[in-house]
Amino acid sequence: MAIDNQTVKRVASLAHLKIEDDKLDATKEEFNKILNWVEQLNEVDTSNVEPMFCVNGGEVPEREDEVTDGNIKEAVLKNAPMQEFGYFAVPKVVE
Amino acid sequence: MTELTQLTISQSLKGLKNKDFTATELTNAYLKKMESGRKYNAYVLEMPDVALKAALQADTHYANGTERALEGIPLGIKDLFCTKDIRSTACSHILDGFVPQYESTVTQNLLEQGAVFLGKLNMDEFAMGGSNETSYFKPAVNPYSTEKPLVPGGSSGGSAAAVAADMCAGATGTDTGGSIRQPAAFCGIVGIKPTYGRCSRWGIMAFASSLDQAGPMTKDVRDAALMLKIMAGYDKKDSTSAKVDVPDFEKVLGQDIKGLKIGLPAEYRPDGLNAEIEAYWDKAAEMLKSRGAEIVPISLPHTKYALPVYYIIAPAEASSNLARYDGIRYGLRVNGEKLDDLYVNTRTEGFGAEVKRRIMIGTYVLSAGYYDAYYLKAQKVRRLIKNDFEEAFKKCDLILTPTSPVSAFEIGDKSMKENPINMYLNDVFTVSVNLAGLPAMSLPIGLDKKGLPLSMQLIGKAFDEETIFKAAYALEKDAGFKRK
Amino acid sequence: MTYTIKTAQNEWEIVCGLEIHCQIISKSKIFSGASTEFGDDANENVSFIDAGMPGMLPVLNKECVRQAVKTGLGLNAQINKYSVFSRKNYFYADQPNGYQITQYEYPIVGKGKVKIELSDGSSKEIGITRLHIEQDAAKSIHDLNPKKSYIDFNRAGVGLMEIVTEPDFRAPEEAGAFLKKLRSIVRYLGTCDGNMDEGSMRCDASISVRLKGEQGMRERAEIKNVNSVKFAMQAIENEAKRQIEIYEQGSTIEQQTRQFDQTTGQTKFLRLKEYADDYRYFPEPDLPPLYLTDDYIEDVKKEMVELPDAKKERFIKDFGLTAYDADILTESRQTADFFEKAAKGHDGKKVANWILGDLFANLNANKLTLEQSPITPEMIGELVDLIETNVISGKIAKDVFVYMWENPKMPSQIVEEKGLKQVTDTGAIETVIDSVLAANPDNIAAYKGGKTNLFGFFVGQVMKASKGAANPQIVNEILKKKLG
Repeated sequence: MAIDNQTVKRVASLAHLKIEDDKLDATKEEFNKILNWVEQLNEVDTSNVEPMFCVNGGEVPEREDEVTDGNIKEAVLKNAPMQEFGYFAVPKVVE
Repeated sequence: MTELTQLTISQSLKGLKNKDFTATELTNAYLKKMESGRKYNAYVLEMPDVALKAALQADTHYANGTERALEGIPLGIKDLFCTKDIRSTACSHILDGFVPQYESTVTQNLLEQGAVFLGKLNMDEFAMGGSNETSYFKPAVNPYSTEKPLVPGGSSGGSAAAVAADMCAGATGTDTGGSIRQPAAFCGIVGIKPTYGRCSRWGIMAFASSLDQAGPMTKDVRDAALMLKIMAGYDKKDSTSAKVDVPDFEKVLGQDIKGLKIGLPAEYRPDGLNAEIEAYWDKAAEMLKSRGAEIVPISLPHTKYALPVYYIIAPAEASSNLARYDGIRYGLRVNGEKLDDLYVNTRTEGFGAEVKRRIMIGTYVLSAGYYDAYYLKAQKVRRLIKNDFEEAFKKCDLILTPTSPVSAFEIGDKSMKENPINMYLNDVFTVSVNLAGLPAMSLPIGLDKKGLPLSMQLIGKAFDEETIFKAAYALEKDAGFKRK
Repeated sequence: MTYTIKTAQNEWEIVCGLEIHCQIISKSKIFSGASTEFGDDANENVSFIDAGMPGMLPVLNKECVRQAVKTGLGLNAQINKYSVFSRKNYFYADQPNGYQITQYEYPIVGKGKVKIELSDGSSKEIGITRLHIEQDAAKSIHDLNPKKSYIDFNRAGVGLMEIVTEPDFRAPEEAGAFLKKLRSIVRYLGTCDGNMDEGSMRCDASISVRLKGEQGMRERAEIKNVNSVKFAMQAIENEAKRQIEIYEQGSTIEQQTRQFDQTTGQTKFLRLKEYADDYRYFPEPDLPPLYLTDDYIEDVKKEMVELPDAKKERFIKDFGLTAYDADILTESRQTADFFEKAAKGHDGKKVANWILGDLFANLNANKLTLEQSPITPEMIGELVDLIETNVISGKIAKDVFVYMWENPKMPSQIVEEKGLKQVTDTGAIETVIDSVLAANPDNIAAYKGGKTNLFGFFVGQVMKASKGAANPQIVNEILKKKLG
């Protein structure tokens, strides 16, 4: 499945990355090279195979419903690029 | 007397216990070595003050006879581990100045046993890379370099270089597709990726959650056993951490390997495999055989698909794991007019080329219409790869392979720069293990014609690191590899 | 019920489904140990996990699972023994990780059904598609600064149940009845407080229209955040009318997301469904799949309380209530409990009349809740008994009720203190009657002359003279005798 510049742009936008127009072609080519390479998986018959999402098995959860965390406001905000009145601050979100 | 920094961890512990030297002396020796070894660019943060303070405490413990398992042992920590009050960046610009207010479980375990942290070690940005060249802090350099600087491997390149150049007694690494084993191989040291779930991932910046595992990188097999025992253990803060007991890995060292079945997978001997590597592989098998182990041919038929599977699953998980780096709560912020601009600007400037490449691939393979064709397909083939190992382990106890198809290459290698796939191919022998969640160790076996280390990999059954240690210890003895 | 919107040309039908987010009642968050307390200072109830710090991992709160299973059982739904958490990837300031942990392909609760009662006396079954658990987002504050938004992560990570219905609603009233029923169920179970005005229960409605008799569904609009039963009904009606208008103008509807405007009652355009909604779901690698055993589900079943529908049936059967009364009395568990306490050992139907009549009228007039009522269930029960046993008349009982409201005491005590006991002594009543008759000779003559409707006048006079204490039945009998 070869992809075009439009797709590269769409993926970048989903990933919140900017790709300059003059880099689009190169990115697309590289992208296609990698996709072509991984597409060798199509040779494998997986018709009766369950996907393996998890290495170890699941179980009924065990964490008790107790308040054991929080009240560490200062530590939470410590690395904030901008904070005011105990909040993280960002430029206005415009809907 | 040998230089203090040449001692292994177990030798250092003996010396400290015997009061041959103090923890402060040992730490100072390493700090000096770090200074003289700055050309290797192994450390991205040196912490002499923190280290000396810890060393002083260790000395008190020795004086009081209350010393713990790693009391006073100077270690280097890969920058992927969050260390409390100490800058942790994953060697990415996007985590500029990030100072975690928490300590990762693995490093906490080490601290609780009296370890001394010397500093934070260089690595590929967010552990994405096989040469340490994607680091925002420039690559670490392989101590085996002669004229031209060679890569130490990656992603745990700084860790491998620091251990190899005696700039720490041991180091932590993480391994998602070979990131402990391949640099250990390139730098001639020992590194083990434990079974998935053996070490807690809590506090380690995630690259690919279903593949990441922390492990020790050390001067010898005994040190790896000693360190892993302390790093490992169930952690209720990590839901993927395994509720299994941690054995005393040191206990098995020196045990007889008679009757042990060692599998050699046919698929790891492709046409055009480097002849020197092939020769060492046969030699290693011979060494084990001469101690009474039985060599059995095995097959891992889906081996050739491991890399493509890995390069779908790892970027997919990474694209999501790295979405939290948005400039809002920590790290770099590049402002923009609107919030969306802030995200885009921060991420575009904050991530390096390789990280961005993988985020893009990962985003694409998960996106609507492609999920089944790529991600789901990859997870199915992953199951087949795991099944291969299960079949193989019906015939053998351990699998022996080379760690890497190549030895250390030059920094800035043209073919790899031009085509990222060429770099990815270096992981061909290591990624399957991560996909199947198995433990595997790399240990040096000899030098190639260029004088560079070549290493072997021992793959074990899940949670059977003990058999790996047992065989590795024997192999280490017989190979007689001398560290630089 | 049949509900259609008629225009000059056509008759249209509404097709609507609901998605309701219910905050789970639990002490700590679904994936962290921080408190779920509402109203604390900003970022107070936030752990490093909730703030999406590097290396942090989710650990599932078992209470949230239990609450979801309980709610699932309350919705007569299939409990899935195997469910999987997934990541929903999107960037938003309120979403610290860049993804929301939710359930996608494998929710914890599958298909169910809920019965609703409608004003025309009919009832209808609404299909539940699924219920899954997920984490709530943080909150942005936009009105503190004209140029900046502030983010508070207190709500981030609070457990949510998302309940999705089938597109079974054909009238705004049906959606309203469903929301009320759902609210009543979660409140009975104690799994969500159901307060829509505080946002602990939030509703999105998915609406399309079609011509009456038309098969299939047309493009729909999703209306976000309709946060009261009234608004939901309003939004559905107005959105349907908007769509009909567009169709009748010859245009088409594009699938889109809209927002309900509380001030105008209309919906306004937010965005088209396009690639921005490509959430790239994939299984959450930080959390293993969730397995529930039969024993576990049986155990939760044992904890189930009687739900409104069952209670209603029982009230009708045991107390002879009308369906209408039983419906009101069972809407909240508090009211039902109050009724049952009051009705215990007394005439349930009469108890219900007192509660639904005088008590509710007084509570409403004084803006009090049932918990704040000065009148206890025991008082109502006794009051009904006093009437039954002819101690007081129904009329006096009304007065007793007023006294009780103002000065809460048991009715028997009030009757005693105020001397309101009904006189049943025929001798005493006869004396009163005699004096009344003696004072009204003209009326006696008129009565005997054929004006039999004067009988009521005599009764009234006797009651007045006895200050209402005379038993009206006895008064009637004696009067009849005396007047011949």
